[in-house]
Amino acid sequence: MDFLNLIIFVVLLGLGYGVGRHQEASHYRSIFAREKQLQSLLIIQSRYPPALDPPPQSQLVTGSVVVSVDFFRVFVANLRSLVGGRLTSYESLLDRARREAVLRMKEEAHALGANMIVNVKFESVSLYKEQRNTVQSVEAMAYGTALIPGHR
Amino acid sequence: MLLSNLEMVPGRIIKKHLGLVQGSTVRSKHVGKDILAGLKNIVGGELKAYTELLQESRAEATDRMTQQAQALGANAVLNIRFSTSSISQGAAELFAYGTAVVLE
Repeated sequence: MDFLNLIIFVVLLGLGYGVGRHQEASHYRSIFAREKQLQSLLIIQSRYPPALDPPPQSQLVTGSVVVSVDFFRVFVANLRSLVGGRLTSYESLLDRARREAVLRMKEEAHALGANMIVNVKFESVSLYKEQRNTVQSVEAMAYGTALIPGHR
Repeated sequence: MLLSNLEMVPGRIIKKHLGLVQGSTVRSKHVGKDILAGLKNIVGGELKAYTELLQESRAEATDRMTQQAQALGANAVLNIRFSTSSISQGAAELFAYGTAVVLE
Protein backbone atom coordinates (compact mmCIF):
# COMPACT_ATOMS: atom_id res chain seq x y z
CA MET A 1 0.00 0.00 0.00
CA ASP A 2 2.81 2.34 0.92
CA PHE A 3 4.55 1.42 -2.27
CA LEU A 4 1.42 2.21 -4.28
CA ASN A 5 1.14 5.60 -2.60
CA LEU A 6 4.72 6.31 -3.48
CA ILE A 7 4.11 5.40 -7.11
CA ILE A 8 1.07 7.69 -7.27
CA PHE A 9 3.09 10.48 -5.71
CA VAL A 10 5.92 10.08 -8.19
CA VAL A 11 3.50 9.96 -11.14
CA LEU A 12 1.80 13.15 -9.93
CA LEU A 13 5.15 14.84 -9.50
CA GLY A 14 6.18 13.79 -12.99
CA LEU A 15 2.88 14.97 -14.48
CA GLY A 16 3.17 18.28 -12.67
CA TYR A 17 6.74 18.75 -13.79
CA GLY A 18 6.20 17.82 -17.43
CA VAL A 19 2.81 19.31 -18.19
CA GLY A 20 3.23 22.21 -15.77
CA ARG A 21 6.50 23.33 -17.34
CA HIS A 22 5.13 23.02 -20.83
CA GLN A 23 2.04 24.97 -19.86
CA GLU A 24 4.03 27.75 -18.25
CA ALA A 25 6.30 28.07 -21.28
CA SER A 26 3.36 28.29 -23.67
CA HIS A 27 1.57 30.76 -21.39
CA TYR A 28 4.65 33.00 -21.33
CA ARG A 29 4.92 32.79 -25.12
CA SER A 30 1.30 33.91 -25.46
CA ILE A 31 1.84 36.69 -22.90
CA PHE A 32 4.88 38.05 -24.76
CA ALA A 33 3.10 37.95 -28.11
CA ARG A 34 -0.01 39.70 -26.82
CA GLU A 35 1.99 42.28 -24.88
CA LYS A 36 3.74 43.22 -28.09
CA GLN A 37 0.45 43.45 -29.94
CA LEU A 38 -1.12 45.74 -27.35
CA GLN A 39 1.98 47.84 -26.74
CA SER A 40 0.47 50.90 -28.40
CA LEU A 41 -2.36 50.92 -25.86
CA LEU A 42 -0.61 52.94 -23.17
CA ILE A 43 -1.11 52.51 -19.47
CA ILE A 44 -0.50 55.74 -17.57
CA GLN A 45 -0.11 55.31 -13.85
CA SER A 46 -1.52 58.64 -12.82
CA ARG A 47 -4.62 59.66 -10.95
CA TYR A 48 -5.00 62.59 -13.28
CA PRO A 49 -5.63 61.88 -16.95
CA PRO A 50 -3.77 64.02 -19.49
CA ALA A 51 -5.74 67.05 -20.62
CA LEU A 52 -6.92 66.08 -24.07
CA ASP A 53 -8.87 68.12 -26.52
CA PRO A 54 -11.59 67.07 -27.29
CA PRO A 55 -12.16 65.43 -23.88
CA PRO A 56 -12.18 61.63 -24.07
CA GLN A 57 -14.94 59.33 -22.88
CA SER A 58 -13.99 57.35 -19.81
CA GLN A 59 -15.03 53.87 -18.83
CA LEU A 60 -14.03 51.34 -16.20
CA VAL A 61 -12.26 48.26 -17.56
CA THR A 62 -11.26 45.15 -15.65
CA GLY A 63 -9.33 41.96 -16.27
CA SER A 64 -8.93 38.99 -14.01
CA VAL A 65 -7.67 35.44 -13.98
CA VAL A 66 -7.43 32.55 -11.52
CA VAL A 67 -4.34 30.40 -11.91
CA SER A 68 -3.12 27.48 -9.90
CA VAL A 69 0.31 26.14 -9.29
CA ASP A 70 1.18 22.57 -10.29
CA PHE A 71 1.87 19.66 -7.96
CA PHE A 72 5.60 19.65 -8.59
CA ARG A 73 5.99 23.31 -7.75
CA VAL A 74 3.98 22.96 -4.54
CA PHE A 75 6.34 20.16 -3.56
CA VAL A 76 9.42 22.24 -4.37
CA ALA A 77 8.02 25.27 -2.54
CA ASN A 78 7.28 23.17 0.54
CA LEU A 79 10.85 21.89 0.54
CA ARG A 80 12.15 25.38 0.00
CA SER A 81 10.19 26.82 2.89
CA LEU A 82 12.11 24.54 5.25
CA VAL A 83 15.17 26.69 4.71
CA GLY A 84 13.51 29.90 3.62
CA GLY A 85 14.43 32.15 0.71
CA ARG A 86 12.91 32.88 -2.65
CA LEU A 87 10.01 30.71 -3.71
CA THR A 88 10.52 30.93 -7.44
CA SER A 89 7.59 28.60 -8.15
CA TYR A 90 5.16 31.09 -6.68
CA GLU A 91 6.95 34.11 -8.12
CA SER A 92 6.37 33.04 -11.68
CA LEU A 93 2.78 32.09 -10.87
CA LEU A 94 1.97 35.58 -9.62
CA ASP A 95 3.90 37.23 -12.44
CA ARG A 96 1.90 35.28 -15.01
CA ALA A 97 -1.38 35.98 -13.24
CA ARG A 98 -0.84 39.76 -13.07
CA ARG A 99 0.38 40.06 -16.62
CA GLU A 100 -2.53 38.01 -17.87
CA ALA A 101 -4.94 40.22 -15.91
CA VAL A 102 -3.40 43.36 -17.42
CA LEU A 103 -3.65 41.84 -20.90
CA ARG A 104 -7.32 41.00 -20.44
CA MET A 105 -8.00 44.52 -19.22
CA LYS A 106 -6.15 45.91 -22.23
CA GLU A 107 -8.10 43.64 -24.57
CA GLU A 108 -11.36 44.94 -23.12
CA ALA A 109 -10.17 48.55 -23.53
CA HIS A 110 -9.00 47.83 -27.07
CA ALA A 111 -12.42 46.42 -27.97
CA LEU A 112 -13.96 49.69 -26.73
CA GLY A 113 -11.66 51.67 -29.02
CA ALA A 114 -9.63 53.21 -26.19
CA ASN A 115 -6.11 54.48 -26.73
CA MET A 116 -4.98 54.61 -23.12
CA ILE A 117 -5.79 53.37 -19.65
CA VAL A 118 -5.16 55.49 -16.59
CA ASN A 119 -4.93 54.79 -12.87
CA VAL A 120 -4.50 51.02 -12.96
CA LYS A 121 -4.88 49.23 -9.64
CA PHE A 122 -4.09 45.65 -8.80
CA GLU A 123 -5.93 43.32 -6.51
CA SER A 124 -5.09 39.76 -5.68
CA VAL A 125 -6.48 37.12 -3.40
CA SER A 126 -5.29 33.66 -2.60
CA LEU A 127 -8.20 31.24 -2.66
CA TYR A 128 -8.44 28.39 -0.18
CA LYS A 129 -5.11 29.07 1.41
CA GLU A 130 -6.18 27.78 4.82
CA GLN A 131 -6.84 24.31 3.57
CA ARG A 132 -3.98 21.97 2.99
CA ASN A 133 -4.26 19.49 0.15
CA THR A 134 -6.58 21.65 -1.89
CA VAL A 135 -6.18 23.87 -4.86
CA GLN A 136 -3.42 26.39 -4.30
CA SER A 137 -4.76 29.05 -6.55
CA VAL A 138 -4.54 32.78 -6.73
CA GLU A 139 -6.69 35.36 -8.40
CA ALA A 140 -5.13 38.46 -9.89
CA MET A 141 -7.18 41.37 -11.05
CA ALA A 142 -6.33 44.64 -12.73
CA TYR A 143 -8.67 47.56 -13.25
CA GLY A 144 -8.43 51.07 -14.53
CA THR A 145 -10.19 53.73 -16.53
CA ALA A 146 -10.04 53.47 -20.30
CA LEU A 147 -9.99 56.74 -22.20
CA ILE A 148 -11.75 56.60 -25.55
CA PRO A 149 -10.84 59.46 -27.90
CA GLY A 150 -13.70 61.95 -28.17
CA HIS A 151 -15.15 63.47 -31.32
CA ARG A 152 -15.72 67.09 -32.08
CA MET B 1 -24.37 55.23 -15.45
CA LEU B 2 -20.74 56.17 -15.90
CA LEU B 3 -18.25 54.11 -13.92
CA SER B 4 -14.67 55.21 -13.44
CA ASN B 5 -11.84 54.76 -10.99
CA LEU B 6 -10.63 58.32 -11.48
CA GLU B 7 -11.58 61.15 -9.17
CA MET B 8 -12.98 63.22 -11.98
CA VAL B 9 -14.29 62.78 -15.48
CA PRO B 10 -12.29 64.54 -18.21
CA GLY B 11 -14.36 67.28 -19.80
CA ARG B 12 -17.26 67.02 -17.34
CA ILE B 13 -18.04 68.98 -14.20
CA ILE B 14 -19.17 67.33 -10.98
CA LYS B 15 -22.32 69.13 -9.88
CA LYS B 16 -23.01 67.27 -6.67
CA HIS B 17 -21.45 64.61 -4.45
CA LEU B 18 -23.86 62.05 -3.04
CA GLY B 19 -21.48 60.07 -0.84
CA LEU B 20 -20.23 56.53 -0.66
CA VAL B 21 -22.02 53.70 -2.41
CA GLN B 22 -21.08 50.06 -2.10
CA GLY B 23 -22.06 46.62 -3.21
CA SER B 24 -20.86 43.22 -2.15
CA THR B 25 -21.54 39.56 -2.70
CA VAL B 26 -20.29 36.36 -1.08
CA ARG B 27 -19.93 33.35 -3.32
CA SER B 28 -18.88 29.85 -2.63
CA LYS B 29 -17.34 27.36 -4.96
CA HIS B 30 -19.21 24.61 -6.72
CA VAL B 31 -18.38 21.11 -5.53
CA GLY B 32 -18.24 19.62 -9.01
CA LYS B 33 -16.09 22.42 -10.28
CA ASP B 34 -13.86 22.07 -7.28
CA ILE B 35 -13.16 18.43 -8.07
CA LEU B 36 -12.23 19.40 -11.60
CA ALA B 37 -10.09 22.20 -10.24
CA GLY B 38 -8.38 19.71 -7.95
CA LEU B 39 -7.48 17.60 -10.95
CA LYS B 40 -6.30 20.69 -12.77
CA ASN B 41 -4.10 21.50 -9.84
CA ILE B 42 -1.84 18.54 -10.57
CA VAL B 43 -0.67 20.21 -13.74
CA GLY B 44 -1.35 23.86 -12.89
CA GLY B 45 -2.67 26.52 -15.22
CA GLU B 46 -5.75 28.67 -15.43
CA LEU B 47 -8.88 27.56 -13.58
CA LYS B 48 -11.43 28.92 -16.03
CA ALA B 49 -14.44 27.95 -13.92
CA TYR B 50 -13.14 30.03 -11.03
CA THR B 51 -12.15 32.95 -13.23
CA GLU B 52 -15.72 33.08 -14.53
CA LEU B 53 -17.25 32.61 -11.09
CA LEU B 54 -15.28 35.52 -9.65
CA GLN B 55 -15.96 37.72 -12.67
CA GLU B 56 -19.69 37.07 -12.39
CA SER B 57 -19.64 37.80 -8.67
CA ARG B 58 -17.71 41.00 -9.17
CA ALA B 59 -20.19 42.07 -11.84
CA GLU B 60 -22.97 41.47 -9.34
CA ALA B 61 -21.22 43.52 -6.64
CA THR B 62 -20.75 46.34 -9.15
CA ASP B 63 -24.40 46.04 -10.11
CA ARG B 64 -25.53 46.44 -6.52
CA MET B 65 -23.31 49.46 -6.12
CA THR B 66 -24.76 50.96 -9.29
CA GLN B 67 -28.30 50.35 -8.08
CA GLN B 68 -27.53 52.14 -4.84
CA ALA B 69 -26.13 55.06 -6.79
CA GLN B 70 -29.21 55.13 -9.02
CA ALA B 71 -31.47 55.21 -5.97
CA LEU B 72 -29.60 58.30 -4.82
CA GLY B 73 -30.16 59.97 -8.17
CA ALA B 74 -26.55 59.81 -9.32
CA ASN B 75 -25.49 59.48 -12.91
CA ALA B 76 -21.92 58.37 -12.28
CA VAL B 77 -19.82 56.50 -9.73
CA LEU B 78 -16.25 57.73 -9.43
CA ASN B 79 -13.10 56.55 -7.69
CA ILE B 80 -14.25 52.93 -7.72
CA ARG B 81 -12.18 50.39 -5.82
CA PHE B 82 -12.49 46.63 -5.69
CA SER B 83 -11.62 44.45 -2.78
CA THR B 84 -11.63 40.68 -2.39
CA SER B 85 -11.31 38.60 0.72
CA SER B 86 -11.56 34.88 1.25
CA ILE B 87 -13.68 34.65 4.36
CA SER B 88 -13.86 30.91 4.91
CA GLN B 89 -12.62 27.90 3.06
CA GLY B 90 -14.13 27.96 -0.37
CA ALA B 91 -16.01 31.23 -0.03
CA ALA B 92 -14.93 34.64 -1.17
CA GLU B 93 -16.39 38.08 -0.72
CA LEU B 94 -16.25 40.50 -3.61
CA PHE B 95 -16.72 44.11 -2.72
CA ALA B 96 -16.94 47.25 -4.82
CA TYR B 97 -17.24 50.82 -3.60
CA GLY B 98 -17.07 54.33 -4.93
CA THR B 99 -18.45 57.84 -4.74
CA ALA B 100 -21.82 58.58 -6.29
CA VAL B 101 -21.92 61.92 -8.08
CA VAL B 102 -24.12 63.94 -10.37
CA LEU B 103 -22.32 65.07 -13.50
CA GLU B 104 -23.38 68.04 -15.50
